[in-house]
Amino acid sequence: MNATRLVTAAVFVFALSARALAAGPADAPPGALSCSGCHATARSVDTTVPRLIGRNPADITAAMLAFKSGQLPSTVMDRIAKGFSEDEIKAIAAWYGAQKD
Amino acid sequence: MTVKRTSRREFLKTAAAGASAAMLPLPAIAQGAGGRVVVVGGGFGGATCARFIKRIDPRIAVTVVEQNPTFIACPFSNLVIVGLRELSAQQFGYDKFAADQVTVAPSPATAVDAQGRSVTLGNGTRLPYDRLVLSPGIDIRWDGLPGYTEAAAERMPHAWKAGEQTLLLRRQLEAMEDGGTVVITAPANPFRCPPGPYERGSLIAYYLKTKKPKSKLIILDAKDAFSKQRLFQNAWKALYPNLEWVSLSTGGKVTSVDVGAMTLVTDFGRHKADVANVIPPQKAGRIAEIAGVADRTGWCPIDPVSFESKLVPNIHVVGDASIAGAMPKSAFSANAQAKVCAAAVAKLVTGGTPQEPKLINTCYSLVAPDYGISVAGVYRPADGQLKDVEGSGGVSAIDAPSSTRALEATFANGWFNTITGEVFG
Repeated sequence: MNATRLVTAAVFVFALSARALAAGPADAPPGALSCSGCHATARSVDTTVPRLIGRNPADITAAMLAFKSGQLPSTVMDRIAKGFSEDEIKAIAAWYGAQKD
Repeated sequence: MTVKRTSRREFLKTAAAGASAAMLPLPAIAQGAGGRVVVVGGGFGGATCARFIKRIDPRIAVTVVEQNPTFIACPFSNLVIVGLRELSAQQFGYDKFAADQVTVAPSPATAVDAQGRSVTLGNGTRLPYDRLVLSPGIDIRWDGLPGYTEAAAERMPHAWKAGEQTLLLRRQLEAMEDGGTVVITAPANPFRCPPGPYERGSLIAYYLKTKKPKSKLIILDAKDAFSKQRLFQNAWKALYPNLEWVSLSTGGKVTSVDVGAMTLVTDFGRHKADVANVIPPQKAGRIAEIAGVADRTGWCPIDPVSFESKLVPNIHVVGDASIAGAMPKSAFSANAQAKVCAAAVAKLVTGGTPQEPKLINTCYSLVAPDYGISVAGVYRPADGQLKDVEGSGGVSAIDAPSSTRALEATFANGWFNTITGEVFG
């Protein structure tokens, strides 16, 4: 029984770290792939909307939580941030942080 | 804890059953490849889906079937109609797809053999698939509005598929005398781009105000409510006194058109127009019907996790053609759905299970060139549909200052550049 629990825990930890390290679209957490509708992945795109690729995950998370609470004023991001839990936001932030050009 | 010993024979039996239940990567494995996916339609949904499948799993062979060598984007085409943008800024090609190893088949899809899993093209080619993705956009229901035929659309353009129709409406507006009447008819739900008729009305009103101020614009609507309604109506009150919106309950539903008399007919009366823009009833693009994935509504019911058809296995539908619950028929939605569908298809062709997605939509509309408003939503699968995540989404603040409207107009521009760059660049 204990052994089963240990194995389960180990698998769980491995899955989590694999997710955090993964940078491909196959491993994108729920919601992440929608962001590039507005936040370009390519540098060449002419827009004032910031890119998310390679940014510090803590910064993305902090901004999203501030949009969600209304602390940080926005035009549209408050409405979007309210659709995600803190854990979902952290997963999306970690995935964008792990992506490279 | 007891462990049941499984005999080797039992294990093999179970494993074999599991493999067949997972719907078979077997043929693909037998070929030593990663499976074959055919995508029909090279718009925001199809082009996105094809490239993402390849990015997710380069072993999968991906072909996009698209007969037009150039894609003409609908978002921002209302600016083309009023002369604030050229059609060339709406055009995108498929030249970058080869570098991604995505094959483009420049021919229409004419038949689908769902049983034998193949698509036949107009040039006779037969493309076998493990998974088929349909992103055919919309077709006009030529039987949906008495008098409104393909020939009628040459006099009363719909301009609801960007291209020649867009330019025709533009020429008609340019040719109209000052003091003329423009009539737009808006259809009942559902249809492509829910705020589109009202953005178009706004921008045509802007054009008339600046170029032909004695003219007026009437929107005849088959609905009593529409997307971003309060935002549009507040802006119209402030900016466009010559714009009149006639709702369903005040006689706005057009029941037939008389092209010869340039007249739109409602149950309440007849409206003579100098320029008539008929936005007619619509349905999923024709190949959806051919493949058997469209239901009696004319649209395609899908599973909200994988976008697989609820009617025909191994065929997925994304974009305007799909019944995507709370998600509107928009380019942003098509792009977001296509990425989720790509991830699901890549999993399914290799025997995996798609993960539960979340999706976002954001739609900008321009009330004037420097006056933008938006609607946004976040969606998740629930009860077999895509539903709004409670507490999220909504429209721009009703009382925002003009600086916010200007900022949203800038974001609208940025959005267009981003989505077209991401999909075609």
